[in-house]
This record gives sequence, C-alpha cells and structure tokens, in this order.
Amino acid sequence: MAIRLTKPWIPLEEGIAGLRGHLGVFQLADAQQQIVYIGFAGGNSLFGLRGEVTAMSKEIADSAFVRVEITTAYLSRYRELMMIHIADHGILPSANKLNKQPLTLGKMSPAG
Amino acid sequence: MNLNLTPEQDLIIGMVRKFVREEIIPLEMNLDPDADELPAADKARLVEKTKEMGLYGLDIPPAYGGPDIDLVTRTLIAVEMSQHRAGLYAPCYGTFGGAGLAQLFEATDDQKERYLYPTLRGEKRGFFGLSEPSGGSDPARAIQTKAVQDGDDWVINGGKLWISGADRADFGLVFARTDSDQGRNGVTCFIVDTDTPGFHVRRIVHTLRSANYATELQFEDMRVPASNILGKLNRGFAIANDRLTRQRIPYAAGCIGVAIKAQEMALEYVPQRETFGAPLSSRQAIQWMLVDNDIDIKQSLWLTLEAASKAEQGEVFRKEAAMAKLVATEAGGRVVDRCMQMFGGLGVAKDLPFERWFREMRIRRIGEGPSEVQRHVIARELLGASLR
Repeated sequence: MAIRLTKPWIPLEEGIAGLRGHLGVFQLADAQQQIVYIGFAGGNSLFGLRGEVTAMSKEIADSAFVRVEITTAYLSRYRELMMIHIADHGILPSANKLNKQPLTLGKMSPAG
Repeated sequence: MNLNLTPEQDLIIGMVRKFVREEIIPLEMNLDPDADELPAADKARLVEKTKEMGLYGLDIPPAYGGPDIDLVTRTLIAVEMSQHRAGLYAPCYGTFGGAGLAQLFEATDDQKERYLYPTLRGEKRGFFGLSEPSGGSDPARAIQTKAVQDGDDWVINGGKLWISGADRADFGLVFARTDSDQGRNGVTCFIVDTDTPGFHVRRIVHTLRSANYATELQFEDMRVPASNILGKLNRGFAIANDRLTRQRIPYAAGCIGVAIKAQEMALEYVPQRETFGAPLSSRQAIQWMLVDNDIDIKQSLWLTLEAASKAEQGEVFRKEAAMAKLVATEAGGRVVDRCMQMFGGLGVAKDLPFERWFREMRIRRIGEGPSEVQRHVIARELLGASLR
C-alpha cells in the first residue's frame, strides 16, 4: 500500500456523488489542489465517507476537490496521513487546526 | 491452597471495577468505536483519580515510587482494567500509568537520570524495538540490525518492524547484533534517542487494529554513544528474553478481562432475546456456548494466576507464562466469537464492542510470540533444552 494518498483529485460535487457510506479517510483540497483538510469516516459517522465529506466540505469554504481511501483501519491511516503532511510541510493542513478534539500524533519521516 | 481473594484484593478489585464501569465506559460511549485515547482533560482528571486510589504506576517498583502491590493482585487488576471496548490494547486508556520500560530499572545511574526518571514522571516515552522483518520470537537468530563500534560510538544500520509507540517516543530500546558469530551472545541492547540523526519512522503498519498501531523503523548510520548500552555488551538477549517472558502474564490477563466482559454481556442478553417464542437462554445450543465460555475463562484465569504467583515468588515461570499466554489468547478468541454468534447481527456491528474485540483478539494469538512458539517453549521445558 502506498504511504501517501496519491489518487487523482475529483471536483467536490462529482466526488461526493460517487461516495457511499464506507469507512475510510479523505482529503479536501483548495482550487490549487493544495490539501486543506484530512479527515476520516469512522464507526460513529452518519453515512460514512459520504456524510463526513459532505459535512466538512460545507464547513471548509475553500474546499474544491476531494479524494478518498476506503479502509477499516481509518484511525491509524488518518494519523499516518496527518504525520506525513507534517513531515512534508511542517504544519497541519489549515482546516485541521480547528479540530476540537485532536488525536495525538507522532513523528514520521517517510522515505521518498 | 486457598483460591479465594484476600479481603485486600477484594477491595482493590472492587475499586477498579467501579472505576471501569462508572468512569471509563460512560466516556467510551462518546468516542469512536476504535478509539485508543481519551480527550486530554478527561485523561488528566482520571489520572488524578487513580492516584487518589493509590493505584497509579501499578508496575513501578515501590523503591521508585510505585504502589507496593504483588504480581498476583496486579494480574487481577489487569483483568479488571481490560473490561471495556478499548480494554485489550488501551486498558483504561492509560489512566493507571505504566512502568515505562521495566528494563530501565537495571540501567546505570546516568541512564536512569536521562531515561528512567523522566519516564516515571511522565515526561518521556519509550518504545521496545526487538522484532524485525525476519522475526521477533527468536531474537537470537532473527536480529539482523547491526551495530559496529567506531571510537566511543556505535553505528547502527538496519530496521525494525511491528514496533508500537515509536512515532510518539522520545527514546527506545533497540536490539542490534554486535557480534555476528555469537548467536544469542552477540546481541546488544542500545538506548536510542528518537531525534538521533539516522532514526526514521518510515510508516504505520496497518493491521486488524487501529489502536496502538505498529510502525516500521529504519536506522541509517545511526550513531549511539557506548554509554547508551543497556546492560552489558553482547548480553542483550537476556534483556529481550526476560521481557518476552514477563509480558506474557499481563498479555493473558487482558484477554481474560475482555472474555469476562463479553460473557457478562451475553448472559444479560440471552434471557431477553426471543426466537420462535422462547428466550435464547432456553436453547441448549446457547447454553452450551455459555458453558464453554465459562470453562475457557476459568482455565485461562487459573493458569495466568499460577504464572503470576510463581513469578512473584521468584521461581522459574517460563512454562507457566507460556501456558497462560497460549490458553488465554486462544480461549479469549473463542469466547468473543461465541458471544458474537449469540448476538447475531448486532454482534458484528460497531454499535457493540464485539467486532473490535474479535479483530484485536485475533492478533493476540500472534503478538508476543505466537501460539506455536508458546508450545515450543513449553515443549522445551518438558523435554529439555534440545528437542532433537
């Protein structure tokens, strides 16, 4: 499995239309395809990825693209994507700074 | 031989049981079903409670400020602490503290100042770095990470796999081969700071469990001072082996706690749930599942307490610890599986904890030495060192 999420970005409306209620992780990007938010759809998420992406895209005004990965290991994958983002950019995605109850993150130095 | 709890054990167990039921489980209702941590404010509040109970840092020796509680009682406490959804890999979400890495109690005074005491104060976290892609249960042969002496330093190259907590740790115990001709007598334990150049957490190893996940590490020309050797040069195997044996007791206890909780939920459920006009509890098929569960739980508990009792008395407990680990992990899996069956569709839904226990319990038959290795350990004890 690739460590980074490298699937192509899909315009938000089209992306949401293709989503179902799966568990998994997702990234939202702005018009320049820069990641603005990393999230997950867990066991408590109403309507899984579809519900979470819909809700967060409404909350994050500059979100324009989405990409998802369906996985039952959504918490460990979410943490991994967050740590990779910090390793690559030195900071969390802009909208993740608003997380009310952030999960503890470690430190990674992914190869490549 | 008296198998009853002492009044003191009864009191402590009652206190921990109340804590789990009144403090942990209600909080857990609002967390993600796979959560492994509490919100910081809740954790801080509950840590204060366990301190007030005199049970914080249970496994810390009294000389270092831990409560003076014998291993049998600590095992009974571990059984209680795991009786909630996250209980297998995050018992009580760490609110009872931990001993850090027990091997550090044997460290030099300087190492204790730099690593042990900050860990006990909660200022530093450590990881245990033994397993490699080539294996973990047979460290004498599996370790391929190499350390080569260069002046006052050792330069380490290689990697580790299945290492929990390395991404959040400040330091770790890393086992490396320092003499390639000596098998078990050629392995040394190094204390490695995670900010050392050449130390890399490359990825999370995603498995059946999201909580307390494992990582893969890589060491590239990682330079460690000789003063960071834990114990003696080429004597790391004993440190690793001792840890593997000791860890089997709490590992078994966690499985027993989850099995007890699963059985308790089933016993509540089957008299209420009706099929074809009669409660499930009236069906012999269900009754036998409950009976088999009870037997599985009891035999696991007694074997684990026997191992703890031997360890407490300073006797050799290798065989008993292996039996406890083997039986409790396999029995725990069977109990959870039967309970899921009794709950039907609800049993596999994330609404209830069974599906998480089912996934995590499957790992327990492999982690800390798979069932086959435990049987090998037991056979070696029965037949002598050489099985051939």
